[in-house]
Amino acid sequence: MKAAGGIAAIPDAVAFDPLATGGAWRRRRSMAVVYLLLTAFAAYYLLPLGVIVLNSFRDLGEIARGGLIGLPHSFSLDHWAKAWNSFCVNGLCKGVEPFFYNSLKMAIPATIISTAIGAVNGYILSAWRFKGSELLFGFITLGVFLPGQMVLLPWAYTLGLLGLTNTVWGLVLIHCVQGLAFTTLFCRNYYVNIPDALIKAARIDGAGFWRIFRRIVLPLSPPILIVTVIWQFTGIWNEFLFGVVFSSGERQPITAALIALTAGQTNVRQYNVESAAVLIGALPPLLIYLFGGRYFMRGLTQGAIK
Amino acid sequence: MKDWLSRFTPQMVLAPSVIASFVYVFLFCAWTVWLSLSDSTLLPEFSWGGFKHYVALWQNRRWTIAYTNLFLFGSLYVTGSLAIGLVLAILIDQRVRGEAIWRSILLYPLAMSFVVTGTVWRWTFNPTTGLQAFVRTLGWTSFEFDWILDRTRAIYTIVFTGTWHASGFAMVLLLAGLRSVDQDLIKAAQIDGASMARIYYKIVLPSIRPIIVAVVVILLQFAIKTFDLVAAQTGGGPGLSTNVPAIYVYDLMFQRGQIAQGAAAAVMILLALALVLVPYVIWSNRRTRREAQASS
Repeated sequence: MKAAGGIAAIPDAVAFDPLATGGAWRRRRSMAVVYLLLTAFAAYYLLPLGVIVLNSFRDLGEIARGGLIGLPHSFSLDHWAKAWNSFCVNGLCKGVEPFFYNSLKMAIPATIISTAIGAVNGYILSAWRFKGSELLFGFITLGVFLPGQMVLLPWAYTLGLLGLTNTVWGLVLIHCVQGLAFTTLFCRNYYVNIPDALIKAARIDGAGFWRIFRRIVLPLSPPILIVTVIWQFTGIWNEFLFGVVFSSGERQPITAALIALTAGQTNVRQYNVESAAVLIGALPPLLIYLFGGRYFMRGLTQGAIK
Repeated sequence: MKDWLSRFTPQMVLAPSVIASFVYVFLFCAWTVWLSLSDSTLLPEFSWGGFKHYVALWQNRRWTIAYTNLFLFGSLYVTGSLAIGLVLAILIDQRVRGEAIWRSILLYPLAMSFVVTGTVWRWTFNPTTGLQAFVRTLGWTSFEFDWILDRTRAIYTIVFTGTWHASGFAMVLLLAGLRSVDQDLIKAAQIDGASMARIYYKIVLPSIRPIIVAVVVILLQFAIKTFDLVAAQTGGGPGLSTNVPAIYVYDLMFQRGQIAQGAAAAVMILLALALVLVPYVIWSNRRTRREAQASS
């Protein structure tokens, strides 16, 4: 399961070719079936995305006649502009723009802080193990499994105490504390593969705690830091429960605002504008996935198999 | 002094995280457990209320619907995602061209939030805008597909969407497993003239069993925590028909001002998770120990 650098990646296809058990003709026929099935599955997976992308450009009249599924006969970018800054959500007619920025203001600091803490924790728990440190590691990672519902009321009280009720910083705090478990787990499992001899030699040379971290561990870290950042950002951006419970009105992150926008009661549903709004909300994680899919997948195998 | 300080630097740097985790994992959980035993309604109160909220919870019809749905949704969602994931992993394992592209297409739902996923599928399942309207425009005017509005069938639309979201995830993990199977075993079987189906069934699948178990456990965990998907796709309706425990907790705590009973339901979710995770951790620890012994 280990690729170079210690991050589990999906290994390449290997010598075994299952379909070669038959003859050449049989193999060709089987491969045709394989591609056919894969194409069918791919179409099924892409269908919903395709539908909303097309709808975000269509006229409302056209959607009203034939429903959401169908090829566009009209094309307009206006719905995107409207969704971005003039559509009414929760009685506030500024589009999804303010909520999009709320999510950015929440996800970027929370991602950076939780990743930084995770990296240092992972470094301590692998290179500076002490009596009981394995126990502490297990203890910190318990947070990964904790259901959000168990901490809602205590958080509500704590945020009130700190004066962070209904603020973006309150959500940043929650995501940092909750994210700590993930980031520590990811980083520790990666740093464990750094040879002990490397750290020992540096210590004999008189390098201290932070110096070893800066000079030896950090330069080896980009792969795991990218994985952690991608994973954290996507998770925090897409999170809904804490967002809807701990913020309201203009302070909501985009996931909570999208529910208010698309499930709210109105006379005429503007599916084209709503499609554009939903796409805007999905865009940052999708772009990250598009450009960092390799790391996204590594995060998956890394986090899950261990 | 400075020596002493530098000797304990690691412990001191780690301390804030340990404290935060302690507060988060233990204190907050204990707090919620306590609330579930209190008399709290609209606001938290710390007066002893005993187990009456647990009794009330289990007598509540809505809670019965919620956990019955969880069993139904959880079992179908896990088996469905696992089965589709396995089929996809085996297909991709046939040395297809453009493997990375296929993989990316099949996994992208995981990058989309449940809010987005649920919203898009809500529109698709809605008879007036979605699939039904589409098929009718094609000429089949009596076509009906309105499960999302049907109290007995709406939960299956949630299963469908959940599976759509998670099967790519199962595929990636299973594919990683397929690639790690001992190649010599397979070659030996091939030489013996075993068919492909037989090789998968007799050799490949048994040897990736630990990964299959891991996938099942992770998916069960997702299922128990399911909240956003239902909130976005059906909002728990029509009526109460798609309520799940996490929705129940949210509703009682923040909409109905019954904090204590909501907390009791949250404790039930925690117990359900423990019921899945504790046996898994014991099993996987035992397995690693056995493997360590076997290799030494």
